[in-house]
Amino acid sequence: MARVLLFGRLGDLAGWRERTFEPAPNSLDALRAVIAAEDAALGQALVDVQVAVNLAIVRGDAPLRPGAEVAFLPPMSGG
Amino acid sequence: MIRLAQEAFDAGAELNAFREGRRESGAMASFLGIARGEGGATTGLELDAYPAFTLAAIEAMAAEAMARFHLHDVCVIHRIGLIAPGEEIVLVVTAAAHRREAFEACDFLMDHLKSRAPFWKKEHGPAGPRWIEPTPRDLADAARWDEP
Repeated sequence: MARVLLFGRLGDLAGWRERTFEPAPNSLDALRAVIAAEDAALGQALVDVQVAVNLAIVRGDAPLRPGAEVAFLPPMSGG
Repeated sequence: MIRLAQEAFDAGAELNAFREGRRESGAMASFLGIARGEGGATTGLELDAYPAFTLAAIEAMAAEAMARFHLHDVCVIHRIGLIAPGEEIVLVVTAAAHRREAFEACDFLMDHLKSRAPFWKKEHGPAGPRWIEPTPRDLADAARWDEP
């Protein structure tokens, strides 16, 4: 199982903000492919978006262990 | 002290609490960000965060500011959830021996909070909601603190 979180505009685009994927894809690229297969627009939107796995930023692909929390982080705007 | 606030907070009370008992900090600088009404074009802001990740990111910014500007202490309170026009969004307070460090650290922290802290901001208005992404100016403001 992998828990996926979408923030900002990504949640509106997808129509969900949090979902579990079962079984867990074994890498970030595999997860992106699963998402793109069911929602091409979302898949496209996830390209080039910053990603955190278990609260740590990762770049490119990364292995996912069962129970991983994957957050897709579009451009940030606070203050 | 760094925290995310679900509700409106009293910036004056926070400032006084932060000031309490300080005898060696000759300077405190503060910045208060307030939600603009835009003459009715905005009915409010909605701030989304990834709480554990967001707090860790702000802690890291605060630690960098502490070291870089020799601060004695720092306070960051950032609202999340719905924010009405006129309400505070963010309070940053810095304490240092002298004013220059306190001012610059406050500026540094706000520039980083604006475009590098994990918040997502939606503006609600008569024309419908829209996500606000950092402007080129916001990105340039943060970049000016980066090492060359």
